[in-house]
Amino acid sequence: MYGTGLAKGLMLTLRHFVDSYIDDIRYGFRKYSHSVDNFGIRQGTQTKGVITVQYPDEKVAVPERFRFVPFLIVEDEDHPTRAGKDWCTSCGICAKVCPPQCIWIVRGNDPDTGRPVPEPEAFFIDIDICMNCGYCAEYCPFDAIKMDHDYELASYDRTTHHIHDKERLSKPNSYWRSIAPTRAYEEMLARGTWEHKDAAKEARRGQSSSRRSAPRPAAKAAPAPAVKEAQPTPEPAVSAAPVAEGSTPWSEDDAKREERRRKALERKARRAAKRGG
Amino acid sequence: MPTAAPLTSTTIDGAIDHLQTTYPKAVSVDDREGYGGIIVDSAQLLDVARVIRDELGFDYLSSATAVDYLGAGDHMEMVYHAYRSSGGGALVFKAQTERDHAEIPSLVSVWRGADFQEREAWDLYGIHFPGHPNLKRILMWEGFHGHPMRKDWREAYYEEEQKPFDSRWPGGHVHRAEEKNVFGKNVSYPREIDLSRLMDTSESAVYQSLGLGVDVERVMDKDGFETNELVVNMGPHHPSTHGVFRMVLTVDGETVTSLEPVMGYLHRNHEKIGERNTYLHNIPFTDRLDYISSMGNNHGYVLAVEQLLSLGRRYNEPTYRCEVLRVLMVELSRIVNHLWAIGFWLNDIGAFFTPVLYFIQERERILDFFEAVAGSRMMCNYMRFGGLFGDLPERIKSVSNLTNDRARDYNTIQFLTEMVSERIPRTIDELEQLLTQNEILIERSVGVGVLSAEDAINYSAAGPLLRGSGVPYDIRRADPYSIYDELDFDVAVEDAGDMYARYRVRVKELRESVRILRQLLPRLEATEGQSIWADGKPGAYAPRVPLGEAYGRVENGKGELGYYIVSAGGKSGTSNPWRYHVRAPSFINLTPMGIMSQGYKVADIVGILGSIDIVLGETDR
Ligand code: SF4
Ligand code: SF4
Repeated sequence: MYGTGLAKGLMLTLRHFVDSYIDDIRYGFRKYSHSVDNFGIRQGTQTKGVITVQYPDEKVAVPERFRFVPFLIVEDEDHPTRAGKDWCTSCGICAKVCPPQCIWIVRGNDPDTGRPVPEPEAFFIDIDICMNCGYCAEYCPFDAIKMDHDYELASYDRTTHHIHDKERLSKPNSYWRSIAPTRAYEEMLARGTWEHKDAAKEARRGQSSSRRSAPRPAAKAAPAPAVKEAQPTPEPAVSAAPVAEGSTPWSEDDAKREERRRKALERKARRAAKRGG
Repeated sequence: MPTAAPLTSTTIDGAIDHLQTTYPKAVSVDDREGYGGIIVDSAQLLDVARVIRDELGFDYLSSATAVDYLGAGDHMEMVYHAYRSSGGGALVFKAQTERDHAEIPSLVSVWRGADFQEREAWDLYGIHFPGHPNLKRILMWEGFHGHPMRKDWREAYYEEEQKPFDSRWPGGHVHRAEEKNVFGKNVSYPREIDLSRLMDTSESAVYQSLGLGVDVERVMDKDGFETNELVVNMGPHHPSTHGVFRMVLTVDGETVTSLEPVMGYLHRNHEKIGERNTYLHNIPFTDRLDYISSMGNNHGYVLAVEQLLSLGRRYNEPTYRCEVLRVLMVELSRIVNHLWAIGFWLNDIGAFFTPVLYFIQERERILDFFEAVAGSRMMCNYMRFGGLFGDLPERIKSVSNLTNDRARDYNTIQFLTEMVSERIPRTIDELEQLLTQNEILIERSVGVGVLSAEDAINYSAAGPLLRGSGVPYDIRRADPYSIYDELDFDVAVEDAGDMYARYRVRVKELRESVRILRQLLPRLEATEGQSIWADGKPGAYAPRVPLGEAYGRVENGKGELGYYIVSAGGKSGTSNPWRYHVRAPSFINLTPMGIMSQGYKVADIVGILGSIDIVLGETDR
């Protein structure tokens, strides 16, 4: 009969309309609860109705692999030896793999010898050009550049705010471990240490000279145990455990660490002064 | 010339032999290193092309594109890929011409599908095609100076021939391109041009090709009423054109007498960018072609580059798990694409947003999955040469770290299984309940926008447009790639050739995709733990690509997506493609738009366009 097809379709619209309210009742109107059991389920595969996320009052949290404009990792401020130091060695690979060529790096030079030092002097990313492809993070051999989750970068004036310099790009290592715990853990496994590659190397060198009996780690075969020796209290190997405040994995006492950190900062300041003059 | 086996089913080599014996002087085998097919003397090209189509049965001209061999022979070349609509590999033939006064006879009289592609070659390469009925620019505007794909043409803000640019590292002082003078060294004008007197002539060219000026004519319609034949511009800014796209129609009352698509508003010279890029750089750029199905775009491109890589010594095939994941992603994209296509087609014919929003609910979940796996919802950038960006994560999980974040956490495989076995099939059922028997939909779409099977093939239509006209041609079956030959699915086909048939083809394909996905789940389980890289570690960022040419094609949601790539080889130490061409289904599927619209009402035009399913990122490139 003419019109049956239409009527069937309209029944479906009605069902969709009702379904959302049924879900609202089933989940007890807990629309505004943050819990995963509520929002997660209603966005998942089990639910039938729809739920609207009231952006910007509410936001959908992004998954770990989500990629937005990259940031540079610097060592945490409470690190004993490398506080505030860039993980980036200014090797230039990210600038080469960047498809729209929006990364500019000035390689650092030692003012005395003129030789390149493994730290960028300046680092720029033009976020208007960046296509958020994630290559820089994927191919950086030092895990020094990572894709950020903060996507709210709009500003009123693009000429002043949209070229991120090194200061704007830098975020502490702990930040990366908090936004992407699983990935940070996987990277640790690949590197063989929670530390920067170079720091681990230094640690190994120090260790093999002082304790000659210590076997040199076969570089790739089994790096993890070797590093465990270097770090008396390594991170527990759980995936979702970013370092909580106050539980530093290093066993040195605070004074010593503070001393080293001060010296590092002094060195840095001296270099900066030389450059300026 | 009678032979034992019918010529229309000979092998490719047999076909080449036949051509060589028939035209010993005009046809020679292309024996450059890494190349294949034949080179045809352009004086005889038309004759040879007719033999290829009529005697040898290569009735489907998939791709026709130009290459500029400046500095490597200093000639221009047209490269044609012809297939049989019954399936099988390509007969590749080429015709060469000098760079100055480049001229190659037009093949439009043999394959109408060459129409837009030759116009593109004229526009971007400056090759003249005698015999073309309407040879004018297609992506650039009339009056544009130069032919931008030529190797010696340089764009505004030109920096270097190839990336990576030297200015980025180690002395990378940032600058904005637009702060430089665009009229600096980059642009040159012929001496006789006076900038102050420049006039836009592109408009009159469009109207002239329709056979009339902008004047209103007084004509009688068939019933003797006095009517006005009018030229109507639909677009470029029109909500139904799915982007910035324009159709120039002449209408007699409400009836369309002729239609010409005008495009190029989103043209960014994707292929030129692609030739400045390294091979790796191009993958995220392909995402931006058909941005509805970026996974499929990635797939076609990596297949083409892998063909080239496999010519070299150090190349490992992707692992089985990698292939399974690729097909998984591509089929999910196809579902997204078809849901989107059907939904927006309904918007065009008046079912405003109710159906499309139901479909988008499912699409959102698939995109959530893409986001968790590849890092982005639409710009997936997931595939790599010989591998992938990463394996599936264990959980689709988000951690709340901005204020007011709403977090989620699902087991990936469970999420996928429930999507494939419950949600997507249910949505397709609902879709059918809502639409297939809907009387209004049937009245709007049955018998409208008809394209016959012969025309569909001759006009190089692809995808649901081709299959909706009764041609069971699906590359996944006709010329299988990846693991499609071991998967069980049927090629969706409908005979009517109208809008409704295209809709039915898409619905069938949705079901077939679900069928494929169901077969993939056990394969995923069986390969659990296998690496996605043949040698266990990710590929290099600058692979050495051996000398040669390759054409990688996939059945994307919108039709045949092909990449023609020429590598200048590792000898010159370059990791950038010499030629990077995209055979875009959205672009070529517009070729028959004119004949599909003739005789229908103005209100049907938006529906016909919607039923082709184009996306402007790919049409204009
Ligand atoms: S690839 Fe990594 S280490 Fe090298 S310059 Fe880039 S961020 Fe620094
Ligand atoms: S995400 Fe891609 S485009 Fe952006 S800076 Fe990194 S490599 Fe460049």
